[in-house]
Amino acid sequence: MADLAAAPPRAEPGWSIGWGDAGPFLALAALIAIGFLVNPDFLSANNIANVVTRSAFIAIIAIGATFVISSGGLDLSVGSMAAFITGVMILFMNWVAPSVGTAAIPLGMAVALVTGIACGLMNGAIVTLGRIEPFIATLGTMGIFRALITYMTDGGTVAIDRSLRDAYRPVYFGDVLGVPIPILVSLAVALVAAYVLYRTRYGRRCVAVGANEDVARYSGISIPRVRTMAFVIQGACVAIAAICYVPRLGAATPTTGLLWELQVITAVVIGGTALRGGRGRIWGTVAGAVILEFIANLMVLSDFVSEYLVAAVQGVIIIIAMLIQRMSKR
Amino acid sequence: MNAAPAPPSPARGGAPVLRAERLAKAFGGVPVLSDISLDIRPGEIHAVIGENGAGKSTLMRLLSGYLRPSEGALWMDGEPIAFHGPADAQAAGIALVHQEILLAEALSVTENIFIGREIGRFGRLDERAMRAAAAAQLAEIGCKVSPRARVGDISLANRQLVQIAKALLGTHRVVIFDEPTAVLTHDEVDPLLDIIVKLKQRGVAILYISHRLDEVERLADRVTVLRDGRMVGSYEAEGLTPHRMASLMVGREFASLYPVRVPRDIAGPVLEIEHAHVPGFVHDVSLTLHKGEILGLAGMIGAGRTELFEGLLGLRPASFGAVRLHGKPSHFASPAQAAAAGIGYLTEDRKGKGLLLGERLAPNLTLAALDRVHTVAGLDLAREAQLLDRAVASYDIRLRSRDAKAGQLSGGNQQKLLLAKVMLNDPSILVIDEPTRGIDIANKSQIYAFIQSLVQEGRSCIVISSEMQELIGLCDRILVMRSGRINGELSGDAMTESNVALHATSSAAHEKTSGRNAHG
Repeated sequence: MADLAAAPPRAEPGWSIGWGDAGPFLALAALIAIGFLVNPDFLSANNIANVVTRSAFIAIIAIGATFVISSGGLDLSVGSMAAFITGVMILFMNWVAPSVGTAAIPLGMAVALVTGIACGLMNGAIVTLGRIEPFIATLGTMGIFRALITYMTDGGTVAIDRSLRDAYRPVYFGDVLGVPIPILVSLAVALVAAYVLYRTRYGRRCVAVGANEDVARYSGISIPRVRTMAFVIQGACVAIAAICYVPRLGAATPTTGLLWELQVITAVVIGGTALRGGRGRIWGTVAGAVILEFIANLMVLSDFVSEYLVAAVQGVIIIIAMLIQRMSKR
Repeated sequence: MNAAPAPPSPARGGAPVLRAERLAKAFGGVPVLSDISLDIRPGEIHAVIGENGAGKSTLMRLLSGYLRPSEGALWMDGEPIAFHGPADAQAAGIALVHQEILLAEALSVTENIFIGREIGRFGRLDERAMRAAAAAQLAEIGCKVSPRARVGDISLANRQLVQIAKALLGTHRVVIFDEPTAVLTHDEVDPLLDIIVKLKQRGVAILYISHRLDEVERLADRVTVLRDGRMVGSYEAEGLTPHRMASLMVGREFASLYPVRVPRDIAGPVLEIEHAHVPGFVHDVSLTLHKGEILGLAGMIGAGRTELFEGLLGLRPASFGAVRLHGKPSHFASPAQAAAAGIGYLTEDRKGKGLLLGERLAPNLTLAALDRVHTVAGLDLAREAQLLDRAVASYDIRLRSRDAKAGQLSGGNQQKLLLAKVMLNDPSILVIDEPTRGIDIANKSQIYAFIQSLVQEGRSCIVISSEMQELIGLCDRILVMRSGRINGELSGDAMTESNVALHATSSAAHEKTSGRNAHG
């Protein structure tokens, strides 16, 4: 009956002026204004830098998720993958530190990146070769990564070796010309990602696969290759986020990265990327990640709502964002 | 109202149950159907025939409440009636059997039949009552599947029967069949036609939409012919041959629509396909395309023409005795490989498989040929804009803005954009599937002229079409497919509508009809 219902040529969706594109930035501006009214400290350079720094790794992971989601996939495993990569990285660094000293840090970063790419490749292979729904496939690997980190830490904590701690510290806490390094890293990741998504063959194909798999197939695009690549990009982004995050954490625990997938997907969706695929917005995603952290910050700075309800507010936001996307379709 | 209490011997030609008077329908100001008047009488099978795009489906939707007429009126039992939705029409006793099978495969036969109309009390379903009613309904139409069977597990033919059982649930005085045999194989058709005859004998008024003319000849008492959204006429079926029906369907002369044939050298074979099998669709098909030739592939929807080329391009599983491209054995695992070898394929489904409707024009244009705008520094957007300019100019694509989305273009302009997209890979062989489906006359003639100019440049072209006129006006040679096989080859003077229609619809047609000296 679907085709009958759709019979009269309705206006094609999606070309009402770029509200969807400007939306997240307007929301961010509104949020900042509200924050300032609630508590003038909110706009202090210190607080802003703090908040944006804290949003950095959700932003970096969400940039990867923008590829997966705009290609029509979904990755629920990012949170536990981040924990797993952190664990592998710390164990590796602690293992080689006695023999190579602080050279363990760049080696550890390389190992983290390779691990992330391998995890992404695995997700991609399960989805494309195994022909399993991304939701289910990554639900499975989410469990696997979480169990592995719990096993590796023996249910406790694996802390980074004391000899490395000071040398590694600047990666999260340092700055260049006053700009915290995690912010610079996420900006760099976003720039590269925007280039890849908007200015390369891969980006075009990625969005095409998400928009209409048949059109992509008939246009000679290899769908498994495109989708796998999106998961690999996601894995690499998770690794980069983990690398930035290690100094702040200082350790890997079974609860590292818990529920990050929710925040990541929320950031992507409020950023204007279509959850059903076919439209990716890198800068929107970054704005989305910052919005989430601002809200959390606002709740801490104000006394209206208990900060224990942060996740609830974020949950409400993702639902509202979806409703807005739906309505702007009409 | 009761479930069609059949008078013992229904008098054909009794008072009409449903009458349409000067129905018209326009979408966004574009008329698709105008001035249609017909009636449906109890105990009668009234067939509606016409080419694709003639307005059959729109008419069916108007009669079953899915669409509301822009003009004209419906009368039921002599009273004016208006439907605000399909539920209204159902309540009035009009059942529609859809062309496509719209069943939930994961549910049982019973659940499908009762979906949305479950029997139950206080929210508790009465499974037993539903199963019994479903079994009775199925028995009535001679369907032997168990009401408990999962729809996903039963054959396509049985699903069609389940769909009929579903449509017939409750009161039905008028049953509309929309090309019910389109998805069935030859052997599955007969039992279905028997059921339709049985319904008629019970006094049900039947509207039968089809373009399988042999079925219409067997079944119909009266035939209404549509062409280009207008009524050609209603005829007594007695003495109306498939030949005559075909010529009524196609009708007027199109002399000026087609480009003047320029004598060309049609040289040796460029593409040879031998013993192609596409499981479920194509059985042992061989064909040869010559350089500079326009080869037509005629046949009804579902004859396996599209599937043959989807198989060739690696879009669906297929096996070939041999495929030779310019004499060299070839195999294509994907459309990309075929494109690299110089074969372009223009899909029949431009909205579903051809264009990204929500995307702007430039990305659509270059999607299949991104290498042409790729540089080490990424995509060259300036070059892409240039390519779009060139395509807009040379294919005469009319658009309001360069930033328009593909979905905003009219059908004809979408088709020209799709053509430009496929031509960006510079194919030496172009396969065009339904080149002019759903587009207006002006754009049609432009596309025909374009196809003609392609072969004059020395390219070769295969045109798949359900419009006989189009193939006759355009092609050097026509192969007619029926039920997955080539049922005839026509060339020269033998390329007539009646010959094409005959080979496309009747299994008894002879193999090869050839006016002399078509090419060579």
